[in-house]
Amino acid sequence: MPLEIVFPMTNEHELQLDLERQGVFLSTVNRFYNWGRRSSIWPMAFGLACCAIEMMAFGLSRYDVARFGAELFRASPRQADLMIVAGTVTKKMAPQVVRLYNQMAEPRYVISMGACATSGGPFRDGYNVLRGIDLLVPVDVYVPGCPPRPEALLHALITLQDQIDRQKLGRVRWYGEGAKPQTTDFPVPTFGAQGLEIDGRLVDPVGGLPLVSAYTAPEFGEMKSGRLEHPEIVRHFPIMDPTVELEHPLKARGMAPEIAADDLKRGEVGNAEA
Amino acid sequence: MLKTEELQINIGPQHPSTHGVFRMIVTVDGETITDLKPVFGYLHRNHEQIAEQNTYLQNMPYTDRLDYFNSMANNQAYAMAIEKMVGIEVPERAEYLRVMMVELTRILNHAGALGFLINDMGMWQTQLAFGMREREKILDLFESASGARLMCNYFRFGGVVRDLPPDFIPRLKELLQAMPAFVDELERLLRENEILMQRAEGIGILPRDLALAYSVSGPVLRGSGIPYDVRKAEPYSVYDRFDFDVPVGTVGDVYDRFLVRIEEMRQSRRILEQVLEQLPDAQGGHINPKARQNVRPPVGDVYARIESPKGELGFYLVSDGSGKPYRYKVRAPSFINLTPLGDMCRGYKVADVVVILGSIDIVMGEVDR
Repeated sequence: MPLEIVFPMTNEHELQLDLERQGVFLSTVNRFYNWGRRSSIWPMAFGLACCAIEMMAFGLSRYDVARFGAELFRASPRQADLMIVAGTVTKKMAPQVVRLYNQMAEPRYVISMGACATSGGPFRDGYNVLRGIDLLVPVDVYVPGCPPRPEALLHALITLQDQIDRQKLGRVRWYGEGAKPQTTDFPVPTFGAQGLEIDGRLVDPVGGLPLVSAYTAPEFGEMKSGRLEHPEIVRHFPIMDPTVELEHPLKARGMAPEIAADDLKRGEVGNAEA
Repeated sequence: MLKTEELQINIGPQHPSTHGVFRMIVTVDGETITDLKPVFGYLHRNHEQIAEQNTYLQNMPYTDRLDYFNSMANNQAYAMAIEKMVGIEVPERAEYLRVMMVELTRILNHAGALGFLINDMGMWQTQLAFGMREREKILDLFESASGARLMCNYFRFGGVVRDLPPDFIPRLKELLQAMPAFVDELERLLRENEILMQRAEGIGILPRDLALAYSVSGPVLRGSGIPYDVRKAEPYSVYDRFDFDVPVGTVGDVYDRFLVRIEEMRQSRRILEQVLEQLPDAQGGHINPKARQNVRPPVGDVYARIESPKGELGFYLVSDGSGKPYRYKVRAPSFINLTPLGDMCRGYKVADVVVILGSIDIVMGEVDR
């Protein structure tokens, strides 16, 4: 039988409601809720590239993430709370990353580990590299480094726990009221002719800056969506531009004719003399 | 006899047992594999194309990220290619330092690879923790010498970037002293483990002639019984001064490949002990002081190769006389060792796929580049 306490609208009740509105009662529930959540963040066993090796070191003998309650690397996204994007996200892999994120149950968190996952890193100029996973899924904590040390990843986990500590039950996106754009599935990009596309619109073209802005950090689990677009900024990468046909004089100099004939006629590759 | 229908199973690219983002489309008849189609390219990050836009020295840290387990070995192959092209002399001491680092890398790689294999067999992280424990000790040494754990970027054209710190040699001696116990422990776990024997013996056999036809190299080739090692076949650096053996397998199955790896760890230790003996007498400094780092090699091409822990790693470079390579090609051992995967898996059970893949010991950064 459900417990049901009905009492007349007295001053005390008014006061309690007022306190609730100010967060007095909820703050204790929040603390309990956050304590449970922060102490058992299960990451997904999901490695992409070099950073995955440091992610393994973070879970194993010396660094031992079990001290922070996050030692259970789950193979299935359905059982995981945290996705550590450890490594370069290529345009071929990006749809799978978003799909894995969509399969995770709320509340879900993302740590972008290393320079590649954050911005493309040293491979940013490559035609097949996504310029930051935050273009496609919201990221909670970024870790700089190439690769970050396991200590840095531990610090990222502690930072995430601090963020969880400040969540408010009534305002988090998975319980909150109103439109919840971030609890729904994120659009899975497709690999088009000119780069990654979402619903037929170019998102991250080959050669040039991404055409969407990053999801702003969804701190404290609150609803925030920053899908501003800035299509004006276009950077020119001649090597990736199929329309540029000029052959650089330096490139042609002294090449064996059979090598030059076999090779692709490529564009100007910057000034080697400079 | 039951009539069965063939079924296609997709393994990867996200799978706890694959080594990186690698996808296999497996056709099974019941539990038996009839066909396997690998799908690459999930980590194709344009290494070669970016390298053609960089100067020769700028590529050195990129080579770290090829086979990210063994950054030192990649550095050596690349530095050797440039030195061959430009004609840079490497001092004797620098060669010894290079050999020391690469042999430490080999121990580190095999300790990790053994852990991953047993992880793939279902012994979740137990064995890996043993391997990683030893790996951390070697990484400490790397960090003291180069400043980084994983991406060392330690080699330069004509030598290495800086000399060893004063406490390096005593720490290395300590490590080598403790190593036989670790290798024996690893071997005991491997040899006396009933589950491992059942899952590794007679599984994933790569016959001798097929191994040659696919031009595989490294422990996979030696596991199939062919004693080919670039260190012996074409001794580079100072490898002709050391006394070591090339272990070979007999059957060419998963078990043989891993016995070869364990024996290679012992041989690497032997080499390291000889390095420590000969290092005090070595001439020269840690780098050739006349070597320019912003090189402009003459027009032409070059191929340099080493025995990396995974197999024969080669760099093919074409120069047009400018400061950037015209063509930059990596002969990646992981990629070529992966090609016979379909033939190795055919006829075995679907559960053996990850074990066979683990025994090849691939790194996707090198496969897809």
